[in-house]
Amino acid sequence: MTEPSDTELSTTELSTTERPGTELFKSVPGPDDATAARLRARLAGLAQRDGLLDVAYRTVDSPVGPLLLAATEEGLVRVAFSVEGHDDVLAELAGAVSPRILAAPARLDPVARELDEYFTGQRRAFDVPLDFRLSKGFRRAVLTHLAEIPYGSTESYAQVAAASGSPKAVRAVGTACATNPLPLVVPCHRVVRSNGTSGRYRGGEAAKLTLLTLEAL
Amino acid sequence: MSARPFERVVDEHGPMVLRVCRAVVGPADAEDAWSETFLSALKAYPELPGDANVEAWLVTIAHRKAIDVLRARARRPVPVDALPEEPSRTGRPEDWDGDLWHALAELPDKQRAAVAYHYLAGFPYREVAAITGGTADAARRAAADGIKALRLKDLSAAEPEGARP
Repeated sequence: MTEPSDTELSTTELSTTERPGTELFKSVPGPDDATAARLRARLAGLAQRDGLLDVAYRTVDSPVGPLLLAATEEGLVRVAFSVEGHDDVLAELAGAVSPRILAAPARLDPVARELDEYFTGQRRAFDVPLDFRLSKGFRRAVLTHLAEIPYGSTESYAQVAAASGSPKAVRAVGTACATNPLPLVVPCHRVVRSNGTSGRYRGGEAAKLTLLTLEAL
Repeated sequence: MSARPFERVVDEHGPMVLRVCRAVVGPADAEDAWSETFLSALKAYPELPGDANVEAWLVTIAHRKAIDVLRARARRPVPVDALPEEPSRTGRPEDWDGDLWHALAELPDKQRAAVAYHYLAGFPYREVAAITGGTADAARRAAADGIKALRLKDLSAAEPEGARP
């Protein structure tokens, strides 16, 4: 059995695939699925314990497609539709909140359960803690008002502008709804055009219609 | 400043770091070392420069955690013979070539670290030296001595007995 001589190792740096000796380590495995899941769960638990889990997230399936749910220690900070690109949203959160982000479902269990109840018609309002840090100024005032629009009813952009204290700021209300970081839970889908059509929505117009139809049942 | 979600770092480098931990501290303690490594990394992550070599940074942390594990083990010796001889397929950390770990376990710590970081993780010797301390030449000698000792062992565990001369 011929082996490469050790002198080959000492003169040049070879790439990993070419370097004699790497074959010895082929039998050292990475994690299988069960190990990977165990390691992830343990890391998430340790991070939570040490106050290092700045943003926890998970995804859930829903009638309006897969939803990304993200929460800080203060509360739910972001709900995102798949059309927004969940990876892009996580990258935004890394910049806007903290890069200490882990897939850690436990923190999102309460909101996941409430969303499930909402979509099955058993829940009309959400009562999980919310973190509004991604929304500032007038937009935040608009979101605060949106929470007061009851399940099954709608308001026009103009009505919301008036209720938010700036009757002329109809376009700004549109922007506030379009940039709502907490759609579904903060019900921007209940804001519609004065002519009765549903209007644009962060999750797409079809998703908005699905929600309005669900709430009309 | 790092603006990439830490979850992506775990995705990308978690498997390699676990392999390094398995080679350096052995199957029984590898998951502890891995968890401590990524917990420390998570804490320091926001301050990591955007152009840092993330893999080398992680293995540097893993190296410190491995030293902790090895020191703790030296205080309460665990015989390597207590490890299972037969590979299991249960997903437990013992699930890999016991013969290679037995051979690695007999190496001095410096040699085992050097061969793992150079031959398993693929770092050049100057990077190995930055991780372990000391000079690139010393890392090169430690890795050469370690690999020579490993080659003297019969590591053909997969072959039936008597198949080799």
